[in-house]
Amino acid sequence: MAKLTPIAGAIVFGCLLLPNVGQAATDDVAALRSELEALKTDYTARVQALEARIKQLESAVATAQLERPGATPGTPAPPAFPQPSPVAPPGKSGSATAFNPAISMILTGNYASLSQDPATYRVAGFIPPPSGEGPGARSFNLDESELTVASNVDPYFFGNVTAAIQGNNSIDIEEAYFKTIALNNGFTIKGGRFFSATGYLNEIHSHNWDFVDQPLVYQVFLGGQLAQDGAQIRWLAPTDYFIELGAEAGSGRSFPGTQRNSNSLASDALFVHLGGDVGDSTSWRLGASWLDAQSTRRAYDDVDQSGNALTNAFTGTSRTWIADGTLKWAPHGDPTYHQFKLQGEYMRRTESGQLAFDVTGRNLTGEYDSSQSGWYVQAAYEFMQRWRAGLRYDSMQSGTPSIGLVHLGLLPSTAFPSLASASPERTTIMVDWSLSEFSRLRAQYAWDDARATERDRQLLLQYILAMGAHGAHKF
Amino acid sequence: MFKHNCTLLALATVSLCVGALPAQAAVKVLATTPDWGALVTELGGDKVNVYTATSAFQDVHRVDAKPSLVARARTADLVVATGADLEIGWMPVLLQDSGNSKIQPGSPGYFEAAPLVHLLEVPSAVDRSMGDIHPLGNPHVTLDPRNIAIIARALAARLALVDSANAAYYAARGEDFQTRWQQANERWQARAAPLKGVGVVVIHRDQAYLCNWLGMKEIASIEPKPGVPPSAGYLAELVTKLAAAPPKMILRNAYNDPRAADWLAQRIHAPVVLLPYSVGGTPEAKDLFGLFDDTINRLLAALK
Repeated sequence: MAKLTPIAGAIVFGCLLLPNVGQAATDDVAALRSELEALKTDYTARVQALEARIKQLESAVATAQLERPGATPGTPAPPAFPQPSPVAPPGKSGSATAFNPAISMILTGNYASLSQDPATYRVAGFIPPPSGEGPGARSFNLDESELTVASNVDPYFFGNVTAAIQGNNSIDIEEAYFKTIALNNGFTIKGGRFFSATGYLNEIHSHNWDFVDQPLVYQVFLGGQLAQDGAQIRWLAPTDYFIELGAEAGSGRSFPGTQRNSNSLASDALFVHLGGDVGDSTSWRLGASWLDAQSTRRAYDDVDQSGNALTNAFTGTSRTWIADGTLKWAPHGDPTYHQFKLQGEYMRRTESGQLAFDVTGRNLTGEYDSSQSGWYVQAAYEFMQRWRAGLRYDSMQSGTPSIGLVHLGLLPSTAFPSLASASPERTTIMVDWSLSEFSRLRAQYAWDDARATERDRQLLLQYILAMGAHGAHKF
Repeated sequence: MFKHNCTLLALATVSLCVGALPAQAAVKVLATTPDWGALVTELGGDKVNVYTATSAFQDVHRVDAKPSLVARARTADLVVATGADLEIGWMPVLLQDSGNSKIQPGSPGYFEAAPLVHLLEVPSAVDRSMGDIHPLGNPHVTLDPRNIAIIARALAARLALVDSANAAYYAARGEDFQTRWQQANERWQARAAPLKGVGVVVIHRDQAYLCNWLGMKEIASIEPKPGVPPSAGYLAELVTKLAAAPPKMILRNAYNDPRAADWLAQRIHAPVVLLPYSVGGTPEAKDLFGLFDDTINRLLAALK
């Protein structure tokens, strides 16, 4: 079976890249001739357009010359409107810089006031991810400064690199991918490191979120955001409705998988997206995704029944189902003054494999099986131009995982305090003000019952500023 | 391992099935604005199947890359866009996600109108402190019929290039359109003569080409900088400034919020003129001819 993989891959690529040979053979000289004719017409039209433009410019110059001497007696020209100047657009002058890619830099930072110590933050009942959980540190924080460089590489590929320079002076490559632009029949292939297309929020960069932080279900099940090192193929159906199918294969380096010393693929995903409009004011998207990730010794810190710090590790398979839905409404589809956005996602994850207890000490290993779920629903409403208010509710259901070491009587269940059954929840409100298309200030308040014991009251004030190239955003 | 192979095999099957789709009858065109949609219909008649991405009630600069638009980009044979960065917030997503090489920039299936005409207000220096200005110049080129004539000529040729089997058809319709457009243009010029030199206040700087064509003078703009809504202080300043030399009218597009224009109108005693701006913006602006007929009718009515 393993030998089939390269064969199947070859079929996919061959099918994508080969032209339709049969059809080409039947095309005759007449088609070529008419194409030549059309080309000729195109060039004639371009020459005519240029001639017309020259005439227009000449007449404009003549009018300007006529008007200028006589313009003085009336009211002076208002300074509010600069006259068009016949200069070349800036940045288009030299060939050395003409091919510079689009560069943008996003500045983000916040002030956090948290009623609980963020060092003790943990979503109760779940194996914690190595990072991506919790509201971050207290007081002023420099969040990531996100540098994006993007451009078409050639007629076949588009390239994009997004590097997040973190407040702690480290640099994360968030995304560095190429994407095909020359394939037809609705196919797109992406490769490199990219945010997985599973779920709705996963592909969206943090500066474009409606809240400061990710929903709890993203923090717990995907470590905030799942970035794949791998390849993705998408196919868009040739229909008026939006129907997209896709598959991903990755190394599994990012949570819930782990880096493994293995040639096989360890993070595979399948997804389907549907979308359309209702009238001219409402548009929607629905999605379903499936993620299968392999972990080898995925470690997490915990304490035992006596309160001693130790490290446990999971080895096995993690499967996540995700259902997502997004709806946007704006009067006549124009979000300038009012827009309403409703989105929700449900995830269900099952993990099965081995759980090692106290890997650096007693190192006991037994079976582990869990079936856990979580969801969020959030809404954001632009109630007046540039002002939005938002509400989000998070809920998680840990269930009670089956732990072999406990069943065998080797350890009491209190030896795994992080895995004690819990139903964490959180309610968040938000208001933000966009001074322009490129700057946004936000205040957010959350009642966070993620810890089993005490409520964390979180106030976050955030700025998001975008410099450079005007970005285009996904739905 | 079995699972991975299944995934790839499924994809291979899907791609094999798609390889054999039949050729389409009509040329599928995705037009970004109702004006380009109307122009394609004028030139392409029943040989084209036009889908218009926006309506006259939308600010084309602020459109979402909706799933429905990505789906239309997937099947389009030709995209007709304004260019000059007007659609920069959403068109790149459509093009990239379409899986359609025919409509990528540089291909015959991607047509931009603005680069064909002389752009007004090309800034000599750009900085975002100046608001959301367009480095390539003012992209709102449609409201000058001379621009439409230039763009129509190039678009007819482009249709012939994309659908060479019907090249003669597009050439004939193109010529017919130019003749009718020329006649209409003369009629509009004659009727609009009284508008020459009339001072107007605009909301956004999207009437620059109309004013340039008719010789109207833009005295002020309700947006202090492009894309920046006015503050109370700026409006008060504007009232003082305009009280000395009041404009004849305040121009408002179908997609603009009426409040700022109405507020100003009450204080400086000038009428607000609602203009269709795009085909479909008013009931009378049914096509491109109707757009200019109605625009001039409404301007003349306000002058009386």
